[in-house]
Amino acid sequence: MQRKTARARAGAPPGWPDAIHRALTEHRVRQISYVPDAGHKRLIELCHADKSMAVVPLTTEEEGIGLAAGAWLGGERAALLMQSSGVGNCVNTLTLAANCKFPLLMLITMRGEKGELNPWQIPMGRATPETLRLGGVRVFRLDRAADAYARLGAAARLAFDGCAAAAVTISQRLIGIKSFKEPR
Amino acid sequence: MSAALQRRDVVKALLKDRGDILVVAGLGSSAWDCTAAGDHPLTFPLWGAMGSACMIGLGLALAQPKRRVLVVTGDGEMLMGLGSLATIGVQRSGNLAVVVLDNERYGETGMQKTHTAYGVDLAATARACGFVKARVIRKGTEVASMRSDVHHGRGPLFFQVKVRPDSPPLALPPRAGAHLSHRFREALLGRSAATE
Repeated sequence: MQRKTARARAGAPPGWPDAIHRALTEHRVRQISYVPDAGHKRLIELCHADKSMAVVPLTTEEEGIGLAAGAWLGGERAALLMQSSGVGNCVNTLTLAANCKFPLLMLITMRGEKGELNPWQIPMGRATPETLRLGGVRVFRLDRAADAYARLGAAARLAFDGCAAAAVTISQRLIGIKSFKEPR
Repeated sequence: MSAALQRRDVVKALLKDRGDILVVAGLGSSAWDCTAAGDHPLTFPLWGAMGSACMIGLGLALAQPKRRVLVVTGDGEMLMGLGSLATIGVQRSGNLAVVVLDNERYGETGMQKTHTAYGVDLAATARACGFVKARVIRKGTEVASMRSDVHHGRGPLFFQVKVRPDSPPLALPPRAGAHLSHRFREALLGRSAATE
């Protein structure tokens, strides 16, 4: 019997993580850091399988901002994957991007939106877009799988060509609802 | 604590004839120490983002595998980014060295004791995280071999240097982050870095 993946359980279309990976590759992103989220499962696997990318698992999300800064100083481009709860961990470290005009590209899977079953995810999920804006990060909302490639491209151009901070927030509608039922 | 080493002497020794090493300096006294040793475009001093120095070093080390990368920071800054030691341990970057100037104090805020004053062992933490060498340096006679490792040894390397809790005169690097990052990239990558 085939074991269901988080993505299959969520019933999301298969293509959008692949589209994001393609866009990251085309924008020459070479360092990927992440604190995992079930919504990022497929993209993390694609990045690990991609020999052109150094993949850096983090202990906490703000580490990825330092990593992106160092990558840029060294002539490489980075992207940082996390879920919305991790945005709160990043607040002070966002000063790096703001002060130094580093490109910062964040891909954030949203929790705490419509259908959320874990109340502890809701406060930070609600605060995520405003927290990013207050931290100087331009937010690109991704609601539909078909928009993934274009939305990522827009955020990547703003980040790397504009030397700015950009986040793509990937809606819970797209990644699905965590059911808290086995199998995981 | 009978730490005999002076932080400025240690950093001067590390950066003397620095070659093409790339340096990240943690905020506060460590950044002033690196500046006192000679402001340099390939030194990136932090004025904020506490806890980030090691991660900036890691991103740099991954992007520039043929260059040596040195992170010079303090015990308070290191404690705030302790998880980054685990992250570096996973990457095992051979070209990365971390030197923590451990005065067991938060030097910029009134000399309050840090966790290391109570016995928290940063070098043991780094060793447990997979750094190939992690040592506590207490004597002047150990500085030369540390310098040699920093410039030539296989990393990731970690040195916790016990230094006196004194406050040498301020030596401030440029303050504007955009200037610091542009001058670093131009020195490392050439003029084209600005139009990349």
